[in-house]
Amino acid sequence: MATLLMKPDETSSYAPKQTYFSPYSFNGGTVLAIAGDDFSVIASDTRLSEGFSIHSRDVEKTYKLTGTTVLGSCGFHGDVLTLTKMIEARLKTYKQHHQKTMSTSAIAAMLSTMLYYRRFFPFYTYNIVAGLDDEGKGCVFSFDPVGSYEREAYRAGGSASSMLQPLLDNQIGFKNQQGVEKVGLSQEKAVALVKDVFISAAERDIYTGDAIVIQLVTKDGIKSERFQLRRD
Amino acid sequence: MASTDMIRNEFWRNGPQPGSFYNFPGGKNSEQIGSAKRTLQPIVTGTSVLGVKFDQGVIIAADMLGSYGSLARYRDFSRVSKVNNSTVIGCGGDIADFQFLKSIIEQRVIDEECLEDGFSYTPSSLFSWVTRVLYNRRSKFDPLWNTYIIGGVDEEKTFLGYVDKIGMSYQADSVASGYGAYMAQPMDARSLNKYEVAIVTKDGVEIKSPLTSETSWDIANFVSGYE
Repeated sequence: MATLLMKPDETSSYAPKQTYFSPYSFNGGTVLAIAGDDFSVIASDTRLSEGFSIHSRDVEKTYKLTGTTVLGSCGFHGDVLTLTKMIEARLKTYKQHHQKTMSTSAIAAMLSTMLYYRRFFPFYTYNIVAGLDDEGKGCVFSFDPVGSYEREAYRAGGSASSMLQPLLDNQIGFKNQQGVEKVGLSQEKAVALVKDVFISAAERDIYTGDAIVIQLVTKDGIKSERFQLRRD
Repeated sequence: MASTDMIRNEFWRNGPQPGSFYNFPGGKNSEQIGSAKRTLQPIVTGTSVLGVKFDQGVIIAADMLGSYGSLARYRDFSRVSKVNNSTVIGCGGDIADFQFLKSIIEQRVIDEECLEDGFSYTPSSLFSWVTRVLYNRRSKFDPLWNTYIIGGVDEEKTFLGYVDKIGMSYQADSVASGYGAYMAQPMDARSLNKYEVAIVTKDGVEIKSPLTSETSWDIANFVSGYE
């Protein structure tokens, strides 16, 4: 992928403006998901940027796939649009063939193969699938752009992931804390934590900001909440 | 071995080697056949396109300059186009690629009208289609070097969308491409004071063309410090 993103020789002197074609661009965005005992939370910011300019302040990067599954996807927005469209089509045909909606773990397995199918011209997307598993427990699956995936308790992906992940390691995983009581995570605590870490990310990452959309997945359905971030 | 080579070369004088293809003199050789021409850089280009929603519709504007690099080559290129009574499309980037896609859209609209089923392309369906076309072309490394702004009104709801040459698209209340993304002002040397606007409301499409904006060099002596 590095060679695809690399610019060709820019030292050419005869052209006033050297243009080149890159099939990728980075449109920013951060996604974050946390699994609880009987719920999961997934959130993304709503900024769509390119370089130093902002295309839109209102593009959600979480996608409701079923009544119990939400996908968070960011990176190159063209690939995000294509991938989500393909997933939605696959979910439709699955339902028509099997007379049931796809489970969260099956969606995760399918997404892995869909990403690996494009191994040599990858979807430049960071994906996190969150929802409830077959037993009604909260679950989070995180992916790399070429389809490697694992189930985890919490995961940040995308532009500010390297800022959010250590915070989550500390606050949810109780990493680097001594003599701490390892209590389970409540819905309220999870949502409050999501807001806090996104506020911090928006301070330092220019590709994260404007607002976040938080999706809370429980057995009663998916509840959506919007929260403002700084817009500069 | 040497003798068999000699015999073969004598027998197939000026011909192809056994198992390979004959190359006619002056013709294309087999390596050139099948190699496709691609837009790897734009040639004649248009600059920014702007699109804004208002309470009852959408307005799209673009100037009429076709630049050849930094040369202001053509001064009468139309970069906004009516698709049907509810939809308009505006374009920046390579003008040849725009005219190519425009001719395809026009044919599709004709085919669609022939059905006489009371349906027509909505702004959102055209937006979706253009996004797919541009994404597929970029995936073949054969892009249409354009940014498109698609606007219109569908069942009294306004629509405005942006698509670029790699299939990145979104909808917004106001969109701008190129230099206009930074400032909707004539700061771009590759722009002209002759422009067009397309206005879509529920009553239909109105294209105002050509329009001119007043320019003045009177303020030029106040500008200093940039020499």
